[in-house]
Amino acid sequence: MKNRIRVLRAEKKWTQEDLADAIGVSRQTINAIEKEKFDPSLPTAFRIAGLFERTIEEVFQFEESDA
Amino acid sequence: MKTFVMNTKSAKKKNISRLAVWTLAWTLSTALATFGSLFLWEGNSLLTALSIVLNLGIGIGMVLANRQFLEDCDELEKKVQLEAMALTLGFTLIVGIAYSIMDSTNLIPWDAEISFLVVFMGLFYMVALVFNRKRYL
Repeated sequence: MKNRIRVLRAEKKWTQEDLADAIGVSRQTINAIEKEKFDPSLPTAFRIAGLFERTIEEVFQFEESDA
Repeated sequence: MKTFVMNTKSAKKKNISRLAVWTLAWTLSTALATFGSLFLWEGNSLLTALSIVLNLGIGIGMVLANRQFLEDCDELEKKVQLEAMALTLGFTLIVGIAYSIMDSTNLIPWDAEISFLVVFMGLFYMVALVFNRKRYL
């Protein structure tokens, strides 16, 4: 699943640690999500989108190859 | 939000410490149950039985501490741990059965000991954890 977290985070000038702390996961988890090695759970995806004040579709893009 | 994060991080540290204490206690109680009857109370069945009950009780505590540790891991850490556990369980089963068959068919000249499986599980779990961490983190 593709995502725009790195870009959105840069716009807000947040570090991975800032974002991780804000949603209650480890920095490594944010790094793995950004590198698209790991797809977050739905609650985590909603929390991330909420923090950036975006809809979930604006942050995450599902691709058929992800299924 | 900061308070929540601090609580999460401190809870994780607390869980790891608790798990380490339970694991150490279980190891010591295993040593007591194994060697106590040989060197401390020399064949007293009651004390041997009590040491085994103690060992089981502490073992249950260790398992529950491990479950608590897993529950408080974040979703990626949980995935890494659970995949390592699943691989360890599967490989321990197939290697254990193969090892037992080697013993029963006299393919190996020594008896198949459970301690082999315990060591295998520990080492395999560590390797699986390293592999999974490299894969995701």
